[in-house]
Amino acid sequence: MATPDRVSYWNKTKNLMIIMMALWVFFGYVIHMFVGSLNNIVILGFPFGYYMAAQGSLIAFVIMLFVFARRQNAIDEEHGVAED
Amino acid sequence: MANTTASGGDFTSNLGRIYGIYTGGFIAFIILMAILSAMGVPNRIIGYMFVGFTILIYAVIGILSRTMQVGEYYVAGRRVPAIYNGMATGADWMSGASFVGMAGTLYALGYDGLAFVLGWTGGYVLVAVLVAPFLRKFGAYTVPDFLSARYGGNLARFIGVIVLFSCSFTYVVAQIYATGIISARFLGLDFNVAVYVGLAGILVCSMLGGMRAVTWTQVAQYIVLIIAYLIPAIWMSTVKTGIPIPQLMQGQALANITALETAQGIAVHHVTPFVHGGYNALNYFLLILCLMVGTASLPHVLMRYFTTPSVREARVSVAWSLLFIFILYFTAPAYAAFAKWTMLDLVASGLTPENIGEKASWMFRWAAADNALVQICGKAAVDAAAVAAACAEKGVTALAFGDISLNADMIVLATPEMAGMPYVISGLVAAGGLAAALSTADGLLLAIANALSHDIYYKMIDQNAPTSRRLIVSRILLVVVAIMAAYVASTKPGDILAMVSWAFSLAAAGLFPALVLGVWWKRTNSAGAIAGMIAGFGLCLYYLLGTRYGAIGFYEMWSGLSTASPEAVAKYAELKAAVASAAPDAQAAAMTALDKHAQTIANWWGVKNLSAAAFGLPVGFAVMIAVSLFTKAPSQAMQDFIEEIRVPRGKTVMEEKTA
Repeated sequence: MATPDRVSYWNKTKNLMIIMMALWVFFGYVIHMFVGSLNNIVILGFPFGYYMAAQGSLIAFVIMLFVFARRQNAIDEEHGVAED
Repeated sequence: MANTTASGGDFTSNLGRIYGIYTGGFIAFIILMAILSAMGVPNRIIGYMFVGFTILIYAVIGILSRTMQVGEYYVAGRRVPAIYNGMATGADWMSGASFVGMAGTLYALGYDGLAFVLGWTGGYVLVAVLVAPFLRKFGAYTVPDFLSARYGGNLARFIGVIVLFSCSFTYVVAQIYATGIISARFLGLDFNVAVYVGLAGILVCSMLGGMRAVTWTQVAQYIVLIIAYLIPAIWMSTVKTGIPIPQLMQGQALANITALETAQGIAVHHVTPFVHGGYNALNYFLLILCLMVGTASLPHVLMRYFTTPSVREARVSVAWSLLFIFILYFTAPAYAAFAKWTMLDLVASGLTPENIGEKASWMFRWAAADNALVQICGKAAVDAAAVAAACAEKGVTALAFGDISLNADMIVLATPEMAGMPYVISGLVAAGGLAAALSTADGLLLAIANALSHDIYYKMIDQNAPTSRRLIVSRILLVVVAIMAAYVASTKPGDILAMVSWAFSLAAAGLFPALVLGVWWKRTNSAGAIAGMIAGFGLCLYYLLGTRYGAIGFYEMWSGLSTASPEAVAKYAELKAAVASAAPDAQAAAMTALDKHAQTIANWWGVKNLSAAAFGLPVGFAVMIAVSLFTKAPSQAMQDFIEEIRVPRGKTVMEEKTA
């Protein structure tokens, strides 16, 4: 079962997972820790720190998931384990 | 046979057309109602028609989707296209509380309420990356199915069922409660009757067709709820700013709110972080974590991804789900900002106890429906006389923003009146709230009934049960659980809304480590998983119940970890002395006062009860890893099994006899 190709498949899958988790931590937590200073930047009436929690991070999550689905599918196809 | 096996290709390719016609028909219906309303048809009739028409549609879909096949009943035949499954998940996910209460919470908590917006969206990243595709490949019917296969046996399955039941049941009670509230308010029914009317609406969607019927009604419900949520927000944005994009014009609303707050001398600004409702930065971030991880562990959400045709579609489907959920959640802060701006403007226009009846008579109507909803100068604002009396007592002559307290749950439902919209919009909002509550209740009931019928009855009691009997048992259990939930809802349990938030912590602490490590760490074995689930779930439950129902004992035992201020500690000692010295007949009252105070200081490091998984989750992981390392590694067969669920190609691992 653990053929070399499977090992490389799983390593790539794991790397993608780690990237996604890092982005998740960044948009879910890290950026909001700086809300105080970000709020000094005001765009179209939005304090930027508030904007990130109300819309910015949400948009990032949606885009992340569509990109993830594409990237993971590319990995599947490259290693011949995609579904027919 | 057409209605039981609707041949895959035709049905799927027609979906776009069917739901397109449905959406057009619904919009035409709204316009028809507006015309009828303009012609003088009474509001009450309009309300009836909105609720009646939408429930009728759900019932028709539910009946057309009836089925006697196990695969259809449990996982909708695994052929729901990603985008429709995304819509169904959106409706499944957004509960009556999200629809009705979210904007109200944001209105009250300002920036700090955004923890809910972030937590309830970001969790889908975990669902897509860590959990859902692998469960789809495994081919489970229920979440405990996976636990049993991965952790060898019925003990893991049984613990899974317990966690599932405890987080889903309180949640479903809250949904039925919400349907009761909405039907009572808009149809004028007695609450106890309204609860059972709501129940009938739920059962008609789920009982005959299981997952298959629930899927297609949830898609229809999503369309109703999103239209109902967007129209009032767009309306307010247009009235206030002239531009019909509330999400964008929210910036202008925020600038105006801040200016008005400053002018009125309100110190705590809407956009200021970590100052509202006891949310310091620690609790803000812990709540986000608990809600996110809880999202990735709630069985009624995960089981939606069992219905897609492939692993690839399951991943894409999570992305669609989040997009559909996002549409509502990024409108909610705008909704709240416009409502707050409207209220601040109202106050700035020179509001006094004398002219409030003329400027905002809607407040009296809501206060008359339920005393707790609108309070002015600390008393229920049922009419002009009541407001005048309450304010005179406090010496208030000009009303300030802080004198008016609106209940969070009424903001969305009352906004149409607040902003002077026609009654038709109120009817639409009621239909939307009902769609949100019904769709979530259906998903939850199915999760509970499937776990009881599939995991307990079929897998643990009678493995030879013929499929016809399995489906009958499943339906009976569905009805029994639904009636139990409706009964509990009809008693109006006081803590019900708090309990909904508990569901996230319980699911997170009880299921998340076992699901994630089960896929990502081969070394996790059965002993480790069982110990970890019990430890995580147990600790979480202890913190929840201890800080809420056993606050005095909890505080006495852990006073060293509490973050109570010296004054709060002194007050505790004082109240405790009062209990000891109270006369026998005053004992109970003194005890209640002590318990109430203890609830505010019974905590570990100041963590709110809402974020109980902050302890259960890390402990669950730690115990699972430690016990696994100290016991024997899983067998080669198990390691091969994990290899198998990690790749999309190939058949589902668990093959069921489905006919």
